Amino acid sequence: MNKEYLLMAEGVSKSFDGFKAINDLNFYLDKGELRTIIGPNGAGKSTFLDLITGRTRPDVGVIEYKGTPLTKLREYEIYRLGIGRKFQTPSVYNDHTVFENILMGLEGSRGVWSTIFGRTTDAQKERIHEVLRTIGLESRVHEKAGTLAHGQKQWLEIGMLLAQNAELLLVDEPAAGMTDEETAKTGELLLSLAGKHTIIVIEHDMVFVRQLGSKVTVLHQGHVLCDGTLDQVQSDERVIEVYLGRKKKH
Amino acid sequence: MKPEVTQREVVIGAIAAAILILVIPALNAFVPEGSVFHVSNFNINLWGQYLCLAIVAVSIDLLWGYTGLLSLGQMLFFSLGGYALGMHLMLMIGKLGQYKSDLPDFMVFLGYPRLPAHWEPFYSFTFSMLAVLWIPGLVALIFGYLAFRSRIRGVYFSILTQALTYAACLLFFRNELTLGGNNGFTDFKTLLKFDLAQPSTQRGLYIASAVALVLVYLLCRWLTLTKFGKVQRAIRDSENRVLFSGYAAANFKLFVFVVSGMIAGLAGALYVPQVGIINPSQMEPAKSLEAIVWVAVGGRATLLGPIIGAVGVNALKSWASQAFPAYWPIFLGGMFVLVVLFMPKGIVGLPAQLRSWWERRQRAKQAEDPPAPTAPGKEARS
Repeated sequence: MNKEYLLMAEGVSKSFDGFKAINDLNFYLDKGELRTIIGPNGAGKSTFLDLITGRTRPDVGVIEYKGTPLTKLREYEIYRLGIGRKFQTPSVYNDHTVFENILMGLEGSRGVWSTIFGRTTDAQKERIHEVLRTIGLESRVHEKAGTLAHGQKQWLEIGMLLAQNAELLLVDEPAAGMTDEETAKTGELLLSLAGKHTIIVIEHDMVFVRQLGSKVTVLHQGHVLCDGTLDQVQSDERVIEVYLGRKKKH
Repeated sequence: MKPEVTQREVVIGAIAAAILILVIPALNAFVPEGSVFHVSNFNINLWGQYLCLAIVAVSIDLLWGYTGLLSLGQMLFFSLGGYALGMHLMLMIGKLGQYKSDLPDFMVFLGYPRLPAHWEPFYSFTFSMLAVLWIPGLVALIFGYLAFRSRIRGVYFSILTQALTYAACLLFFRNELTLGGNNGFTDFKTLLKFDLAQPSTQRGLYIASAVALVLVYLLCRWLTLTKFGKVQRAIRDSENRVLFSGYAAANFKLFVFVVSGMIAGLAGALYVPQVGIINPSQMEPAKSLEAIVWVAVGGRATLLGPIIGAVGVNALKSWASQAFPAYWPIFLGGMFVLVVLFMPKGIVGLPAQLRSWWERRQRAKQAEDPPAPTAPGKEARS
């Protein structure tokens, strides 16, 4: 290989009970890039994130992060390499306060002993408030996360990844279920993070994808169909075909 | 539950601890028998047993209430602790047994030529007390390691713990285990040279149980206030998020499981000299299920609730199993169902539940009254 990619997947396949969720997938991501993955339902978008983060393991193929193979590591080990993931449905700790949610994500040792005997330093508290300012939740700091609106939960989850200082952020449908205003704010948030972090966004909402203005990869039946700018892929015959089903596939 | 410790809580806790540790034994020792304030020898022994069961309940709360691990085999660890101290107590009988032999009676009866080698260390009280902690801890470590490493969760974990205690129960029934078979251990005479038949010794054991309960409570309270406690609750509420936040959830669960097993072992060791017997029936799955009911009735994830639940339900049991023995199991089951359906936070959560019910009623009333043009449908919030 000539080039060092931040994330690289080659020849990756994964089937569930005979259904090929991911089929000979090749994917390359540069450091600092913001990339959007789109594709019809069942194209394998979330499964791809599952494979990166160790939730499932590929049948064949390699996935490497900064040259480290990920396919044998456990979820928390992959996370500790600097890969953070936001789930499709907001998964925050509803019974914890907003502050505690960010604290849980904060970078630092995650062993049993250090959580028992460790103290939260002032610098860490300042860092938590900084993250809360970034995601616009500082006024809710001591409220339980369960009381937040849907969109705010999504931001809180992104905040947890920021607190960890994850280099690669995997963001699964951040705008799902959001109002237009919330969607626009989420777009701004992600754009402000691009460059500092490398980000993969999975999204359905084309207005949102346009706002991000990033390189777009289209997945179809577990395979990369094409990539390019949003305008390029939208005018691609094959993309129109899979989205609108104009021609029958053979 | 607010995680911070308030001053009010400290004061109330200190008073409750003083009553448990000092006042009740004093009422037994110094108040004359005719007085209404006198606590009888029978009662102090009974309450000492309740406090031991309360310790088990706290250990279950640490597991179930805070970490979401419903173990249906907690009485196994309790029994292991009880057996460990029971071995020491058996050896302390010495020649006072039925057969006037240095061997425990059941060994004479079964024709053992000499004491099995693994019994020897239990002559030492210190070794036995350490065994009370490490034997349940080791069993919990091995079982927990296998279960959590294989990602066994939820109801599957519960079933496995139940199977574990049942298997142990069947194993302990066998004489080959050299632990007294189905009769277990009984007829204890002395502990640290104190005569167990003396009221003062039983009072001492009561105080030891009360002190242990307070210490265990404080340990668990402290643990749940640390970041570790936050991780515990996070595992309970969203284990996936925890895994993908870089925490090795299995290690945390294993730690809690082992600590909770050791606490239950300690409770068993304190229980056995007070009740005077330990046998495999203590490991029957029904015993562990009963302990779950105490925690649910008292209130999960409150630490205080399980103590109230364990003492309350057992006091009720002592009374009910005499007054109408045939109906007690139905009563117990009914209580569990009612609590699960209508009191999710148990007895401890009842005041808050009633308060919110009252507020909702008041709001509904206001909405019904004519001068209410503002914010209709506000009461629809639940």
